[in-house]
Amino acid sequence: MAVAEQDTAIRTGTGTRIFIYGILLVFALFYLLPLFVMVANSLKPLAEITGGNMMALPESWTIEPWKQAWSSAQIGVEPTGLKPYFLNSILMVVPAVAISTILGALNGYVLTKWTFKGDTIIFGLLLFSCFIPFQIVLIPMASVLGKLGLAGSIPGLVLVHVVYGIGFSTLYFRNYYAVFPTELVRAAMIDGAGFFRIFWRIMLPVSGPITVVCVIWQFTNIWNDFLFGASFGGQSQPMTVALNNLVQSSTGVKEYNVHFAGAILAALPTLLVYIVAGRYFVRGLMAGSVKG
Amino acid sequence: MGFLDIQNVTKSYGQVEVLHQVDIAVEEGEFLVLVGPSGCGKSTLLNMIAGLETITSGEISIKGRVMNGVHPSKRNIAMVFQSYALYPNMSVAQNITFGMEMHNVPKEDQQTALQDVAKLLQIENLLDRKPGQLSGGQRQRVAMGRALVRDPDVFLFDEPLSNLDAKLRVDMRTEIKKLHEKLKTTIVYVTHDQIEAMTLSTRIAVMYQGYVQQLGTPKEIYDSPANVYVATFMGSPAMNVVPAKIAMQDGTPHALVKIHDGSEQMLRLEQNNLSEWDGKDILLGIRPESITDPDGADRNSSNIVSLTNRIGVTEPAGADTYVTMELGGKEIIARMRADANVQSGDIFQFAVNMEKAVAFDPATEMRIKP
Repeated sequence: MAVAEQDTAIRTGTGTRIFIYGILLVFALFYLLPLFVMVANSLKPLAEITGGNMMALPESWTIEPWKQAWSSAQIGVEPTGLKPYFLNSILMVVPAVAISTILGALNGYVLTKWTFKGDTIIFGLLLFSCFIPFQIVLIPMASVLGKLGLAGSIPGLVLVHVVYGIGFSTLYFRNYYAVFPTELVRAAMIDGAGFFRIFWRIMLPVSGPITVVCVIWQFTNIWNDFLFGASFGGQSQPMTVALNNLVQSSTGVKEYNVHFAGAILAALPTLLVYIVAGRYFVRGLMAGSVKG
Repeated sequence: MGFLDIQNVTKSYGQVEVLHQVDIAVEEGEFLVLVGPSGCGKSTLLNMIAGLETITSGEISIKGRVMNGVHPSKRNIAMVFQSYALYPNMSVAQNITFGMEMHNVPKEDQQTALQDVAKLLQIENLLDRKPGQLSGGQRQRVAMGRALVRDPDVFLFDEPLSNLDAKLRVDMRTEIKKLHEKLKTTIVYVTHDQIEAMTLSTRIAVMYQGYVQQLGTPKEIYDSPANVYVATFMGSPAMNVVPAKIAMQDGTPHALVKIHDGSEQMLRLEQNNLSEWDGKDILLGIRPESITDPDGADRNSSNIVSLTNRIGVTEPAGADTYVTMELGGKEIIARMRADANVQSGDIFQFAVNMEKAVAFDPATEMRIKP
């Protein structure tokens, strides 16, 4: 499982090493450049940017753009900053991730250990949601949300994301549990454990890696979603929509430093999730593909 | 009416019947081994007893209580799986007490039972470990401990030794036998290893292609196989089954078999109801240990016949020397004493213990009953 710890198959000379590292360094710089521009410009006064020096480090450092982006920038017509929208995003993403992951785990458990006639068809249908473009469902979804009285609310967004998330979370857990020995489930059945007890006591304790994968995947997808947020957010729009409204405003001065700060704020949670749980991500994705 | 009754049980998957009309009554304290090759239906039958597979038709009852449709945990059975199926996230102690916990046994009783079983199986020092930290033999013990602690009516073993290396397997086999003799529990044990079947069981059911070919004590199965399949499946090396022709002489039947040069030799048969087979072909079954050098022949046998034949190859195996030869157009194996003076290519006079020979009908491959 620990692919990173394997010995390399090919021994390379010093010259080749320098060449490889040199190329890697160039690529790393290339990819880090936008981040540098964002961070640097978010920490300088607007005058320095409009003065035409995008690439330079700030001459006078300031965190004022961050404060503005967080609490006082003009979002649409209200000068609220991104704070309330950030909160909206959190309120949406946490339950949506939790519910879709739990449902995915249960689905995976049923589809592998409590198989029934037609289970592969059900699984196939669930997988459809991984492939259907979001745009197709906008109108039917709007009508359903309207009938449920959830239009323009956070619970409505949670529902939408859960429905869309189940496909992927089921796929993850089903494949993970497919290689989980069925004899363990049978042993637990004979021991007298029921459906949920087997799930809770036997399956879940060994599902760590795949849960991390699922959570990261769902979190980034839901957090970064713009389309559903813009379409169904109503009065409780998520961070992504607010960021758009901040950056795309067509009136007044374009405060690039505030925009940069806002963009970083919007990306921060997903970055954090990756940094904290990233190594489990790779491990979890590899699980099942290699035995042991 | 047995303790565990399997009556007319069949199993079908869709249109395909994989288990046909199985009828076995197991007495209390009996050690029944289901033996057969892969795909013969033995594990399916065990799973049906456990309640892990549904019964298509027929009835399984334990202690007179019909078990069809009863949930596995309510059958008062315990099962040891091939892969041990220990819960990887729990310690050995938790693995063993999990079943009691699920049945709401009080904590103190759980602990007493745990200690008793741990002592019996000598795993007291392993109780805090996780299954991943145990060797194969230790895992095997824990798996048995988990079954024993339940004090079930019937123990079910699904090839429990097949994941162990050869030496450990022999040790554990002896331990299971000891355990059975000590606890006098009723056991149904599935294996594909005929030696395990012979050594452990009080009765064996030889299964093949979804049928119980023969049900009997190890001795019955070995000495009076019901058909050619059972004869060749049980025993290692397998029983030699060669074509022969019956010839009546002085009122006693003889088997005419071709030797290496195509000439025929007469072997007097013990069985006396073969007169109607006079002049007809049969299949003659002789176990390798019934063909020996004259000094190694069974002195208690009433019917030792000599057979002159050419030795093919000799295979010294330490305790015995195996000798191949051509008989009835087939290559067969004989079992000599280790120090028998045999060389390949020699013409040798063998002693055949015809008391143990069996005759089969070549058309049906069933034994011609004496």
